[in-house]
Amino acid sequence: MKTKSLFLIPALLAGGWLLPESLQAGDWKQFRGPYSSSVASDAAVEPHLNLSKVAWKTSLPGRGLGSPIVVGDRVLVTASSGPRQERLHVMCLRVSDGGKIWERQFWATGRTMCHEKTSVAAPSPVSDGERVFALFSSNDLFALDLDGNLLWVRGLGRDYPNASNSLGMSSSPVVSSGAVVVMIENDSESFSAGIDARTGKNLWKMDRPKLANWTSPTLFKTPQGRELVALQSGKGLIAVEPASGKIAWSYKEGSSTIPSSTAVDDTLLVPSFGLTALKTSPGGTEAEQLWRSSAMRPGTASPVAMGSRVYTLNDAGVLSCAQLSDGKRLWQLRLKGPFSATPVASGKHLFCVNEKGVLHVVDTTAAEGAIVSELELADVILSTPSIAHRSIFVRSDGALWRIGDKS
Amino acid sequence: MNTFSISRLAPLLGVVLCAASLTLQAAPSFKQALEALRATGPEGAGQAQAEQAWRVVAQQKPDKLLAVLSAMNGAHDLALNWLRPAAESIADRAIASGSLPTAALERFSTDFKQHSRARRLAWELIARADMAKAQSMLPKYLGDPGADLRREAIAQVIQAGDQSIKNGQKPEAIAHYRRALTHAREADQLEDLAKKLKEQGETVALAAQFAWVKDWKVVGPFNNLGGVGYDTPFGPETQGLDLQAYEGAQGKVSWIPFAATDDYGTVDFNKPFTKLKGVAGYATSTLVSTKAQDVVIRLGSQNAWKVWLNGKLLFGRDEYHRGREIDQYQLPAKLKKGDNVLLIKACQNEQKEEWTQEWQFSLRVTTPAGEPIRFDTFQRAQLD
Repeated sequence: MKTKSLFLIPALLAGGWLLPESLQAGDWKQFRGPYSSSVASDAAVEPHLNLSKVAWKTSLPGRGLGSPIVVGDRVLVTASSGPRQERLHVMCLRVSDGGKIWERQFWATGRTMCHEKTSVAAPSPVSDGERVFALFSSNDLFALDLDGNLLWVRGLGRDYPNASNSLGMSSSPVVSSGAVVVMIENDSESFSAGIDARTGKNLWKMDRPKLANWTSPTLFKTPQGRELVALQSGKGLIAVEPASGKIAWSYKEGSSTIPSSTAVDDTLLVPSFGLTALKTSPGGTEAEQLWRSSAMRPGTASPVAMGSRVYTLNDAGVLSCAQLSDGKRLWQLRLKGPFSATPVASGKHLFCVNEKGVLHVVDTTAAEGAIVSELELADVILSTPSIAHRSIFVRSDGALWRIGDKS
Repeated sequence: MNTFSISRLAPLLGVVLCAASLTLQAAPSFKQALEALRATGPEGAGQAQAEQAWRVVAQQKPDKLLAVLSAMNGAHDLALNWLRPAAESIADRAIASGSLPTAALERFSTDFKQHSRARRLAWELIARADMAKAQSMLPKYLGDPGADLRREAIAQVIQAGDQSIKNGQKPEAIAHYRRALTHAREADQLEDLAKKLKEQGETVALAAQFAWVKDWKVVGPFNNLGGVGYDTPFGPETQGLDLQAYEGAQGKVSWIPFAATDDYGTVDFNKPFTKLKGVAGYATSTLVSTKAQDVVIRLGSQNAWKVWLNGKLLFGRDEYHRGREIDQYQLPAKLKKGDNVLLIKACQNEQKEEWTQEWQFSLRVTTPAGEPIRFDTFQRAQLD
């Protein structure tokens, strides 16, 4: 019996069943958080924000749009520096005080040209709880453990030399079933791939529409709990099995190339003809259109769903709320725009940061929505915030803030 | 029941045996580890060995730091990304313990036989421990063959010029800027210096600083409706460059001389052919190289393009109107002694927006280290 128990330990660890609680509850391990929902699962963030709620602010060594991610007591964030943003940084900071635990620097092996509004550190890193995978616009992809040990390196722009976008790439990878799913979609050598999280080798690679595409893959579950990844492009959307790339179902009516789809259990809210809700069939092999709403067209920000409502934010700052059941718009609220970042949600509040660094907190339960506080961070912020430890983590080109719980 | 239990345990046994196997693998020696990092390759090749090797290298004591930096010499860019964080990991501990081998790093940083990026990293490590010392070293790198340290040295001279301006010392400022201009190679520094000197009433031949290839012949238009022209081999690709006329999109077309005389060496097809859409054009120039040499052909374009050197396709890219910048694409190539024929294909798509009207490229040739090469260029006699 004792021997059997010992045998079980590595298998259970591999399955994540015995991971420390700090690595499971409340982590924000990817762009837009758990299942690309933008909704925090742990205790609510204090909504009445002001400068006294800034727990810490840490300088970053370069530019970046990628969201910070939070794994246990660590914040991981990327940046790019140098005259051509050819220097790539992966940093690990303490949640408690923002102090640096480690930093790794690399040189871009792919093209670093991008529009001045974006940067080479546009994609957000992603973690499986043991490792962090950092992708850059140069299509360099690095895997490190949480202590900063380098595990593998890919130069996807080197391996596939016409895979780039002169305006910059921004798709943030997801990780599922042992695969890091990357969308390297562009006008030329356009592809998506599943890369073995353990070895860094391709598990699969598929040609994708030759169209510039800045969306990120969306991880979601079928009714049976099987994880699929939605790959969205101007041609539509395909749902694939992350470990094999096998296509489970397709939606071919076209979709946006900037805001990404949002998952609500087995339903995807796809920026297509405004907003289109697609529900995955019980077998996970097809999708049914539940509704479509031209009134809920998102801007750069991706949609967010909380409870029975869905929210979209246009670039100018109009926040729209609709019923999740049928897409019927309920109210609109004017925020101070312009916006690039996707709102994130905690409790009954949406946290929306505009490009001028004003963090709006919106009570979504008020009759027409209500702004309950505004915090001016006095910096240009294009990056989507993250939520963990009852705090908002938000970054600009030069700084990362923790706002909320100071404990 | 027994069968059931065994079948359930089999995967677990596999995990344990696999773990044991990994544990039993002997760690490579330091030398073997460096070789493993240098041996990584495309699509993840060699990564399994590299993961273990990285830990071996990263855990070395400071006396091995120079060996790690030296291992960058001749390494490809993926290997550099394995070696750099390993070197920094060693340096992190050395800096924390006050045992960074500063003097050896300084000597290494001026050893031009070493990799330019490794030398730059050596300087950065010194800067982390002693910024004042690192700053005092910068004048040594003003003529550095690599761009990585040279850039910092030039920036320091530019700063000196800026300070002279603040102090009202215009002649001194101009002298600093001129000195920096002599050594500058990178586009942003060249443009910055040209602007500063012009503000002081000086003249700067910016195009000459970049050393654009400016003598061309162009021919077009060929059909690119629906983007078909990018992969369609028209006359200049199939019939050679010596014909007087080719079959174009709307009849016979012939080579036309074109001089790229602006500051940015722009070969603008809209000038001879007007603003056409759904078309392709070609440009050719012959570079006379005094020797066989490795070079980098640097091209900027926001049209789809292909480049051939001496009849061999170097690279092509079918992206339209996503932006253009100097040295946007850098193509390693080998020139032979004597005449080297460049052929460029530039395609224009059918977008209508104002920002999609450009149908142009600019091109220059540098050494692998980035020094511009000024060639005698000529147009083939039979084309004149």
